[in-house]
Formats: sequence, structure tokens, C-alpha cells
Amino acid sequence: MNLVMALEMAAECHPQRIAVSSGSLQLSYADLLTAARAGAQIIRDAGVRHLGLLDVNSPAVPIALYAAAYAGVPYVPMNYRLTRPELEALLGRIAPALLIGEQPVLASLALPAGIRVMMRSEFQRVALSFTPEPVAAPGEPHDTAIQLFTSGTTGRPKAAVLRHRNLMSYILGTVEFASADEDDAILISVPPYHIAGISAVLSSTYAGRRMVQLPNFDAATWLHLCRTEKITNAFVVPTMLSRIVDHLGQEGGNAGVPSLRAIAYGGGKMPLAVIEQAMRHFPGVDFTNAYGLTETSSTICLLGPDDHRSGFESRDPLVRRRLASVGRPVPTIELQVRGERGEVLGPGQPGEIHVRGEQVAGEYLEQGSLVDGDGWFPTRDRGSVDEFGYVYLEGRADDVIVRGGENISPGEIEDVLLEHPAVSDVAVVAVPDRQWGESVGAVVVFKENAEATDAELQEWVKQRLRSSRVPTAIRFADQLPYNEMGKVLRRVLKQQLP
Amino acid sequence: MRLLKAGTRARCAVCDTEVMVVRAAPAEVQLCCGGDEMIAMDGAKTPGTHAAPGVQLALVGKRYVNAVDAVELLCTKGGKGELAVDGEVLAVKQAKALPSSD
Repeated sequence: MNLVMALEMAAECHPQRIAVSSGSLQLSYADLLTAARAGAQIIRDAGVRHLGLLDVNSPAVPIALYAAAYAGVPYVPMNYRLTRPELEALLGRIAPALLIGEQPVLASLALPAGIRVMMRSEFQRVALSFTPEPVAAPGEPHDTAIQLFTSGTTGRPKAAVLRHRNLMSYILGTVEFASADEDDAILISVPPYHIAGISAVLSSTYAGRRMVQLPNFDAATWLHLCRTEKITNAFVVPTMLSRIVDHLGQEGGNAGVPSLRAIAYGGGKMPLAVIEQAMRHFPGVDFTNAYGLTETSSTICLLGPDDHRSGFESRDPLVRRRLASVGRPVPTIELQVRGERGEVLGPGQPGEIHVRGEQVAGEYLEQGSLVDGDGWFPTRDRGSVDEFGYVYLEGRADDVIVRGGENISPGEIEDVLLEHPAVSDVAVVAVPDRQWGESVGAVVVFKENAEATDAELQEWVKQRLRSSRVPTAIRFADQLPYNEMGKVLRRVLKQQLP
Repeated sequence: MRLLKAGTRARCAVCDTEVMVVRAAPAEVQLCCGGDEMIAMDGAKTPGTHAAPGVQLALVGKRYVNAVDAVELLCTKGGKGELAVDGEVLAVKQAKALPSSD
């Protein structure tokens, strides 16, 4: 079992269908297959153990992904926004490797021994310049297909290992082969080093959908590409959708993208106001919330279009609440919420989310597998499941505030503070407390021309939640620190509070 | 007779059909396409036509299961024969329609 099976099937079924368009360059599925085999030749000739990629989206990305699978070496796309020392340390961990990249990122780096660089344009040119003899892809299902460094918002990045069987199981379990129409096109705007960027390539290949790539996201270009490329499907992270909605708010009214049928989103918590605004701007579009982790080969829960519509239209608070849910597990995933002693919890009870299924890798190069003997993986996400099976997330288990032995999820306090008319953004973190061990700290961003005092905000929380949830330390800021995928950097905030 | 395991690929000795095992029973079985036993991917082919190809020819991308749902195959290349395990013709597994999530 090898990822290239998806590409071989697509090239066999519809060889002339366009796989990737980038400006004037159009690669058919047959072209992509040939380029992947040629790319594998380049990797084999280099005699390396990894294929690294330090670059934005381009046709070189799907070529590299499949070329590495053909060559039987792990593909390691890395975050080009990291600092120079961070990148040099990561490169040292994958040597000997062939590294595909582009200026200016490459120029600033002192490359560790064993790293051989090939410019993206050169890799692409060579991979498209010859037709090697087809060779069978190597591969035991257990071989490593992809290695992704985690974002490291809490410490040194970990190398998550995804095996061919994990990724193929995800694709086979969630995508119907050749299900896309001839005219379907997906706009890929998540970076190549994100699990959603990888699953977008694999899912699109298997569905037979044309991939259109956006190297650097901004709302105006995203909308322009949607209109000119007649995009039918898109995946965005919450920050992107928020910017698109803001941009449309200035333009006013309907988004004017008649070709667009479906927008999926994930990668972080979606503010209710943003998804509701997006549904107003894109009235005919199917929205899907996809919850997943790098360690689970992408999506494990889905909130589908029907739930979005009923949640949006309903006045019943129980139905409306579903818009804040990540939906139900996909059919190939089992999900449990467990308490502190590992006991399985019932509906409505918050605890740590555990998942089981073939797509779950749950493994790091340094720590090994975190999957237990029965196949369960602790996600470190806290949440609960309601009586209808809908999953509600509360945040990372590591972010829980332990106040005098009581576990407090930042999410519930953030939700309450966000309802305050003066508050536009907020993050709640643990602060050291002499009496309680930890207590609640909050960093608050006000809306334009609005403000509130500490006492007003504390009273607001006290009236709606228990007194233990009231923030004892509040700081006001112009904005919160986010990483480029829209995750709040709580580590930074903790340092700013007393 | 051969032992199937998840991830194993096999091809038809006669026509173009290729399959990958998605789920397998923990026992030796006889895997056939159009009435002829399938072979390993590097096995020698004797191209021709099946004497009894069957009705439901193997289609690329379709998943095939037996009645007790113990064996599941993915057809990775379509051909001119019907898939069967131990003489039982496999049925096309109905796809679960999921919204596109990436």
C-alpha cells in the first residue's frame, strides 16, 4: 500500500483531466504521474533519506509528495515562517535530505551537513523533462509516508509520523473515487506543511478534482481566484474565513462567486459570528466543519451542510448550539470522552477525547506511539459529546486551568467574555496563584470605541458562571498573538500576565 | 489458496483487473477474477479472455465485499471479470456519502 496508488488510479481512469493549474501551467493526471516518477528518480539519484520542502504552494508540491512516495522516502514539508535557527535545527534532524525550496528563505540559512538543495523551479523543470520507465512503488503499508513537525506552540517541535496505511485509510474511508465532476476545482490556500494541505492533495487526486493553488493567502486574491478559476470547493482555516467575511463586509452583499458549492473549514476554533456572517455572504454554499489533528491524518469529525443550515435558521437554542459543534465522527472513527482515571464518560460530561481507527497514527519520531494496546489515541483535546453524538470542543487539555483541584476550561470563560458588547477578542490562560495554585487570567481586546473595566468584566462572568471562573488578572491588548494558522499563542500570553 | 492481508495487491492473470485488499479474513482464501485465480503483482500473466467472466465486471475505484463483510477489496484497475472469494461473487459496497472536508 502506497499513496501513489491514488495517483495511479486517477491517471488510469481520466489521464487527460487537469490535476493542477497554476497560472498558465496545466498538469493533467497523466502528467502528474510521469512527473512524480521522474521526481523519484531525482531523489534516488541524490541518495538521501528524506525529501524536505521549504516553500509555498506550487505544482512542485504535489509532484514532490508523490515523488517521495515513489522513491520510498518520507516527505517532510516544513514551515517557511519559522525563524532561521528553528529551521536550521529542523533541517539537521532530517539530514541526509534533498531540500526543495525557493529564495529568499533558502538564502538566509546556514545549511547543516547532509542537506542538498534544489530550487523549486529546477526540480519542477527536471521532473517535467523526461519520462522514466514506470517502476512499481515500494512500500509496505507500515512505511513512513510523511513526517510533519508540529507547530511547537508549547515547546520543541515534535516530528509526527504518518504511515502510508494511515493516510490511505483516511482517503479510502472519506472520499469516493472519481466522485468529482469534470468541471470541479478546489482552491488550496492552506500551506503545504499543514496536514490539511496534504490531505487536500490526496483527496483531490482520489476524487479527480482539479487543484488550484494560492501561494500566499489574502482575501481579495482568494475571491478573485474563486471567480476567475470557477472554483467549486475550498478549504479555509477560521482566520482566512474571518478575513474573507471582513473583505465582503466592505464590498457588501452577496460574495458573487456563483461557481462555489462547498466551503470546508477547520484547523482551529471558528467564532460563531464569523460562520454566521459567512453563511449570509454565501447563501447557496454548503459549509462543512472538519475537525482533525496531524496525528489522525486529518479529519475525524464532520459537521455537515444540513446541520449548518438548521443551526443557522433555528430559534431552538439546542439546535442553534450545533453551529458551535465539530459534528459527529466519520464512519471509520470511534470516539470516546474519558475522565481523569480513564473512565468513559457519558453524554454532556467533559473530558479528554480519545479516538480509534486505521487513519490514527498517534506517533512521534522521538516519543514513539501514544496509541494504547486497544488502539485508542489520547488527542489532548478536551470536549464532550451530546446525546445525539455531536462533539463539542473546549480546548487543549494542556491549557486547562487547575484552580484548587478544580479543572477549568478556558473555552467556556472565553465564550462568555466574547458575548460582552465591548469585547472583540479574548484569550484565557492560567496564572500562578499563591492560594489556589492557579487562577484565571484573561487578555482582552476591545471593539473599536468600546471599553469596560476589570470590575465590569468580572461581574459579567460571575453572573453567568461560577465564581471560581472569574478572572483575577485581566490585561487589555490591541490584539492577541496568533500563529499563521490562527492558533492563539497561549505561551506568549502567559508571560505577559502577572 | 493464499492468505490475504490488508494492503496486499493482486492482479488477474488473464485480464487487466488489479485489486488491493482493504480488509481480510484471517484464513486462506481463493481470490478469483472472471473465474480465474488472481496472482501476485509480479506473477506471470497469460493474457486472454475469461471463459466465464461473470456479469458484474471489476470497475476501478469500486469496493467489493462478501456477504458476511469479512473480505473487502478495492479495485485499483478495471478489467473484464467478476471478482469472487472462495466461489462467492463479491458485491459492490455502497459508498457512504460524506461532504468534502478538504
